[in-house]
This record gives sequence, structure tokens and C-alpha cells, in this order.
Amino acid sequence: MTLEIDKISKHFGNVYANNNVSLSIDSGEIHGLLGENGAGKSTLVKILSGFFEKEAGEIRLDGQLLDLSSPKDSINCGIGILHQEPMVFLPFSVLDNFLIGSTDQFLAPRKQALKQLQEICNKFDFELDPDAPVSLLTIGQRQQLEIARLLWLDPKVLIFDEPTNAISPVQREKLFTTIRQLAADGMLVIFVSHKLDEIAAICDSVTVLRKGEVAGSKELPCPESELIALMFGKLFPSKEIETPQKGGIQLTVSNLKSIEDRESIEVANFEIRQSEIVGIAGIEGAGQRTFLRAIAGRNSPESGTIISGRNLLDGTNYHQRLEKGLYYMPADRLGEGLISELTITEHIALVENKKRNQIIDWEMSYLRATELISHFQIQGTPESKAESLSGGNQQRLMFALMPTDADTILLEHPTRGLDIESADWIWNQLLDMRSDDCSIIFSSSDFEELLSYSDKIIVCFAGRIVGEFEKSEFNPAHIASLMSGSQI
Amino acid sequence: MTYLKKMFVSNMSVMSAFCAITISLMLAILLLWFSGAPPIETGKLLLEGSLGNATRLSDTSMVWVPLALASASLIITFAAGLWNIGVEGQIIVGAIFASFVAREFDAPAPLLWGAMIMAGALGGMFWGGLTGLLRIKGKVNEIFGGLGLTFVATGIVIYLVIGPWKRAGIASTSGTAPFDSKAWFPTIMDLRVSPLAILLALAGLWLVYYLLKQSKFGLQLRATGINAIAASRLGVRTERNLMLAFLLGGVLAGIAGTVQVGAMHHKLVPSISGGYGYLAILVVLLGNYKSFRSGLISFFFAMIAVGSIQWQLRLDLHSSLGGVTQGILVLVVLVVMAIFTQYQRNQRI
Repeated sequence: MTLEIDKISKHFGNVYANNNVSLSIDSGEIHGLLGENGAGKSTLVKILSGFFEKEAGEIRLDGQLLDLSSPKDSINCGIGILHQEPMVFLPFSVLDNFLIGSTDQFLAPRKQALKQLQEICNKFDFELDPDAPVSLLTIGQRQQLEIARLLWLDPKVLIFDEPTNAISPVQREKLFTTIRQLAADGMLVIFVSHKLDEIAAICDSVTVLRKGEVAGSKELPCPESELIALMFGKLFPSKEIETPQKGGIQLTVSNLKSIEDRESIEVANFEIRQSEIVGIAGIEGAGQRTFLRAIAGRNSPESGTIISGRNLLDGTNYHQRLEKGLYYMPADRLGEGLISELTITEHIALVENKKRNQIIDWEMSYLRATELISHFQIQGTPESKAESLSGGNQQRLMFALMPTDADTILLEHPTRGLDIESADWIWNQLLDMRSDDCSIIFSSSDFEELLSYSDKIIVCFAGRIVGEFEKSEFNPAHIASLMSGSQI
Repeated sequence: MTYLKKMFVSNMSVMSAFCAITISLMLAILLLWFSGAPPIETGKLLLEGSLGNATRLSDTSMVWVPLALASASLIITFAAGLWNIGVEGQIIVGAIFASFVAREFDAPAPLLWGAMIMAGALGGMFWGGLTGLLRIKGKVNEIFGGLGLTFVATGIVIYLVIGPWKRAGIASTSGTAPFDSKAWFPTIMDLRVSPLAILLALAGLWLVYYLLKQSKFGLQLRATGINAIAASRLGVRTERNLMLAFLLGGVLAGIAGTVQVGAMHHKLVPSISGGYGYLAILVVLLGNYKSFRSGLISFFFAMIAVGSIQWQLRLDLHSSLGGVTQGILVLVVLVVMAIFTQYQRNQRI
């Protein structure tokens, strides 16, 4: 049996989430779908599960065209999906959960279901008590229940969507055993992940997505640095950027140790000069986010010292650092960057003339918004709400809101999900700021961006900085191998 | 056609309010009909009963005052994204503090009124602040904190009424001894209406309107209510703002309590809050979190509350039908507004 995904496209705004995505998978094979956040994995999974409707392309199973316009269609076509968080109904028992969605009969065939559940449990060595309430199960067990439930629907394709995010290493091993067993029985398995080591551990072959497109496919095993190269794109800079004369030390970090959302970072020593741009390379979760947020004061480090200019930042909070000239721009533009339901004018009024006036001069804010909209080339009006702007324009608005005295700018994925024009515009802004003696630290999942704009690249892996390169020493292959954790 | 459509979409909120009120009035009339009341007669009685003469109009406006103040209090906390259910308790504590001043202090009347208002505001602020502390420092959801504190406040008021502040000789749940008449808010002739109370309600509504529309604090509060994490990134001190919202909400509720003892009952009674804290939630939902509209709706609700007394007297209908009518109104408006919002969203896509 073969699943063919043929030239699937889907776009949001002016950005393609999936652009001509094609892949073909045979049954009995475990096929990995690898890519950073925003690469288009979730969109593809949602199209396969009937949550999103594709705009172009075809999906065929054994040559037969599938019409997936609702989740029910997808189930009927034999596609089963194990979601990131197991979708279980907590107060119900294991058996009740097993029955949900499995039957259209008015009276649930409990006896038959019980028998089936026990058979599946025996076969895969699951430990599930049919009468236990699901709320008492571990996440790993809930996953097993979900797998059992999916299997009862007799699927031909099983998709595991980032299944290891919430489970322990032991449970992970158990899950992998189950997946291998399923594939050995002839199931067609798709394993979606942004974690390189897992893909390498379990998949027979892998397709790498990048910016909504298929970056390439590989038979496994293959060197992990090759996969990183596919995930992070072109291994050479696209632009020659002139490096101005660097100034004195702007920011020093020493012996920093911090953890946030299970992502940790330890940095013995890091410094950045005025007019310097430092890029942080690393696969998602390697610690770059926690590092940037620790400098910005968005999390509280366990230990360490951060000095900005002449100011010791230890013990100061985010707002004090903001006043000292540090500006942090998160990747999640509507989650943490802007207030979705406020207009551009309201955003301006919110950040303008901080202390002076407690009464807002709306007319002035409106004029200021008009000025900034034309200066930052935002497609929108002073009355546009942040949520109505496209990603690129949201990013421009975040630049417009930056205090003019900011001298250290911390950015997460400054151009992720943006069209080329917006991305170029943003880097022109950043380069201008650098000419005005700003220091810039950014994380990115794009080699081209890292290699083009950085004066220095540091590489994060598993919560540590494992490499540091000046522009003259950039060696993309070396950087890629450090990112994968292998030593050269 | 497209022009019509545009008109329709742009006047959505007006349209939806109009539809909602029409539908809910029709439903209310149907309901009254089924309970054996002639619809036109009931409507007429409601109007006459609430606005028919000076006494009734003055009664209605004195129901309006605490309801409007409680609504103003809720608008501030709703703006910050808080469900400040504890307004009821804040009204009670405001009433207790004001009663304390009225009972214990002797001063020329205007000074005494001023002191009572200050004390009531302080009491409400204290209780609102406690809810805020529980929420901000203790991570206790303000709904539970507020409800819990309302129970405590109810307990305290009953204790005071039948305990330390009981009437000489008898302990009765009918209330404490009346205050010295100096502590009674002045009224127009021998009507119940107190211009001072009306003024306080108008000032409260205006203050909330002005703060949310014109002040930096109001904008920061709204930003915090929508997305506290993003607001904090943009430089807003979110915890301080939430606390201020609780305190200010408490002040307004506390003044409502003051009016209840100073202008209505002239003593402390166990049911001093009159359920206005809860009713105000409906008012504010219906008024779409806007001061002016909530002020009008408060008045409409006050009309139903006062006017429906006539239903009982004249038509032998149960007076709870007034409450049922209010409930239907709110439900229908919420449903219609949800449908319109959904429609608008579909239009955008």
C-alpha cells in the first residue's frame, strides 16, 4: 500500500504554509516528517486529518483519490492521528474512552469493545485497566489508550504528531517499540517531529520540510548534519554585508544558568560589542530561547551575571531592563508581541510618553500612528487591530513600538513565516540600527539568514553553547554538525 | 445590495441590540401571557408603577443608584479581564464601614456624610484589595476569592446586627437601630430620592467612562485584560494595574454600600447589598461593558424591579416575574450578540 501526497498547497495571508508538498510513503515503513516550528508540518497533518482543506493537490491511497473535507472523512479513509496531547475525556473510564467515536450505534457494544481492547493490550503489552478513570493514567498510558482506540478503527495509515513532547524517556522507548511493531505488521506510519535524534532513532526514511516546501528526502541512517542542512536551508550566505567598526563591549553574560518551559541554558561566558550582530544557531529547544529571554529579563535565572554597558542587570526585572535599553522581540507575535484586539493607535498610545502624561491625547497618538505607519510601511490604518495585520506587518509594528533609545535588541526568529519582501525590510532596519551602535542578538532556523547577517555565530546544543565562530571562520558544515551534537 | 450589506455590517452593534431587545420583549410578553397576564396591561403597570408619580420615580432612582455604582465597579474590573463576582461583598463591607462612622461619630451633617462616603469607599476598597491580593499573590481565581469573601462579609454583617450593634434590648435580624438623623443623606422634600446619591452614581459612571476612554491607566488595563503577557512586554506593569482595578472597583462598590445605609435604610440590615452586585453583572453584560449604556440599562432594570411590585398588587402575579423578565432579556441579548459576532467574523473571512 502506498500513500501519495501530491503537490499539496495551502496558504495563509501571503505566505504559503504548504507549497507543492509531495511525498510518497509505502506501508511497513516508518517515515519521518522533520522540520522546525513553522515549517509546515502541522498544516500538512491538519490537511491529512481533514481539519484544513487543501487548496491544490491530491492525496491518494493505493491509487485511489481521497476526499478529506472533515475529520470524519479522514477516519473513514483509514487515516488515524495520534495528536501531541492525547485527546481523552478525563472523567470517563478507559473503556468509555475506547468506545468514543468508534461506533455509530446508539447502544455501545461494550462487551465486544472490552474483548477488542484486551486483545490489543495483550498484543502490544499495554497496561490499561478498562474500568480505571482516565484521569489516573499517565500521559504515556493515555497515549496507549489513544493508539488502541485508533487501531480498533482499523486504519491503514497512522500519523504520530510530535508524540514525545510530554512523556518520559522510558515511556518514549515503549512508544517506539509499539510503533516499530505496528510498522512490522504492515502499517504505514508517519512520525512527525522537530527532534532530530528521535527521527534518527525510529524512522526508515525522512522528508524534511522548510518554509512550507519539501527541502529534501533521505533514507536513514544518514549523518544528522545533512538533515540539519536540509532543515536550515542554504549553507552559504546570500548577501555580502559590510561589517562596520565594532565598538566597546555592550553586554557581558557570565556563568548564566536558567531554565524555562523545560528548556535550559548554561552559558559560561558570552559578550557582544556595540554594532555587532550575533546569530544563535540551534535546533528548536536547544536553549537559545531561554538564553534570549534570560538576558531580556523575561525569566529569572538560577545564577549568573549580566552586565549591560555600565549597568549590572542582576536582580532587575524586565521593565527596568527595557528602560536600560534592552528590547526583546518574541517569535510569538500575537501571543507575546502585540495585543491582538488593540488598534495601531492604541498600541502607540500604550508605549508613548511613558511617564509624563496620564491622560492620552488621542489626536496626537493618531497622528503619530499615521507617521509610523508610513515610516515603517505598515499595510494598515491607525484603526487596524493588530490581529488583522499580516505577520510581516505585525513584525513592522513591533519595530515601530521599539523605544528609540534601545541599544541591545534581542530577537527570536525575526523573519519566520514572513514573505521575502518583509524579511528584507526587517533586516534593512536591523542593519540601520546596527550602524547606530546597536547590538543585536537573534536566534534563527535559517542558515542563509544566520550566515548573511551575523558577525559572530554561536551554536547551542542541548542547553549549552558548543561553538562560537567569528565571520571569517564561518564553516557551515561544521556549524551543522555541532548543532546535531556530534563533535568534529 | 453591497451598500445595504455594508450598512448592515457597520451598524452591527446597533442592529444586534435592536433585534435582541425586540425578541426578548416579545418573549417576555409571551411568558406574561402564559402566566395569565394581559400583555398591554402588564406593560402599562410596569411603566406606571416605576415612573407614574413622584414617589415611584424617586423609588426607582434609588434602586438605580446602587445598581449603577455596582455596574461601574464591574466595568473597571471587566476591562482588566477580571470576573469580579465579589462586588456584592464589597458593597456589604462598604455599608459596614459607613455604618460605623454614622454610629460612632458626631459631626455637622455634611461632614458626617463626607466621612461616611470616605469610610464606605475605604471598606469596599479593603475588600476588593483582599480579592486582588488573593488573585495576584495567591493565584486564587477572583471568582472564588470574591465569592468566599462575600460569604465572610455576609457573616460579619449578621454578627454585627444581632451582636455588638443590636438594638437596645432586642436582637433582631431586622437591623440595627436607625442612625441619628444627622447621618441620613438629605432628600428632596419627603421623597426617598437623595440628590447626593444620584450625584455619586453619575460621578462613578463618568469616572469609569473617562478612565477607560482617556487615561493611560484605562488603556493599560484593557491591554492587560486582553493579553497580560504581551502587555507586560510592551512595558505595562500588569500586576499593579490589576491591583488598582480591584481597589477602584472596591471603592465604587463601597460607595454603593454607603448609599444603601445612608440614603435608603438609615441603618445596617443583613440584606444591605440587595443582590445589586450580582444583578450588575447582567447589567454590564447587557451594556457591553460600556458605562453610559450600563447606566441606562441599570435604570431599566430598576424600573422592572420597582414596577413589577404593581403586578403583584394589581394583577396577582408573582413579583418574581420581574426577575424572570430580566433574566430572559440578558439571555436573549447574549445569544443574539453571539450570533451577530459570528456573522461578522464570517463576513471578514
